[in-house]
Amino acid sequence: MFKSEAASWFRIYEMFQFGSFHMYGIIGSALVLGIIGIQLIKRKNIKPINGEEMRLQPKEKGIIRYLLGGIIFGLGWALAGACPGPMYVLAGAGYVSILIVIFGAVAGTFLYGLLKDKLPH
Amino acid sequence: MNWIYDPWPWYVAGPLIALVMFVLLFVGKQFGMSSNLRTACAVVGAGKAADFFKFDWKAERWNLMVVLGAIIGGFIAATYMSDNTVAINPAVAQQLATDYNITSAGDSYLPPELFSTEALSNPFIILILLVGGVLVGFGARYAGGCTSGHAISGLSNLQLPSLIAVIGFFIGGLVMVHLLYPLIF
Repeated sequence: MFKSEAASWFRIYEMFQFGSFHMYGIIGSALVLGIIGIQLIKRKNIKPINGEEMRLQPKEKGIIRYLLGGIIFGLGWALAGACPGPMYVLAGAGYVSILIVIFGAVAGTFLYGLLKDKLPH
Repeated sequence: MNWIYDPWPWYVAGPLIALVMFVLLFVGKQFGMSSNLRTACAVVGAGKAADFFKFDWKAERWNLMVVLGAIIGGFIAATYMSDNTVAINPAVAQQLATDYNITSAGDSYLPPELFSTEALSNPFIILILLVGGVLVGFGARYAGGCTSGHAISGLSNLQLPSLIAVIGFFIGGLVMVHLLYPLIF
């Protein structure tokens, strides 16, 4: 994450300004390989080393929760310039202020837990 | 290319991310970087406040191992393998400077205007970082995943809900950058 600069606020900003292919390339190439790989796993019925089924359950159906949740997430992603993975990476890299963002993320998660039954899903 | 110090191109990073996803699948887990937030809440007892956190978090402790890995990875990459600058599209960098007075693009990994310890003495900056985090945490749980769980894992599995989530991510990001930034900064 760090070496590819995906953890850099600047790169996220640039992504939302469509200023470079870089971030789209990262997500896109991961996706292309991901799709191919998962299709292979499904067709050949490959199992994980513990012998159970691969954790590939379909996501619960719905629209509103994905759209609203997604939009809220996106707002935060662009503001903080980081999604959860990069947050931890940046903490390891020594950027102390990201701890505030992480704290916010845990708080936001907690808030969701409290409010979820009142939200449209 | 000096692979130790130069930034890694997208065609290296993307495949590596896919690799991480497959490794996690092969050990019977899945690739998602936000459920650890829920696990973290449960670990500190949030189960008493809301049913959402009453689950067998001990079985999901591996989440926290992945987090630890990310932290270590960040440490190694930043300390031993980087000059900590990020070069972005010059037009975007210029716009950041003229519109928002963020002149550090190209000099640093994170804009010190928002992330340095000096910046933290400004409560407005702290608020921005906090709100950003809260939105990410709340949104990720509401949508049931973040970029790794939906854009990478979910879309790789051709899940429609993940596509909706990713569209949401982008709407949110674009709204923030194009409509809200001018108001905030």
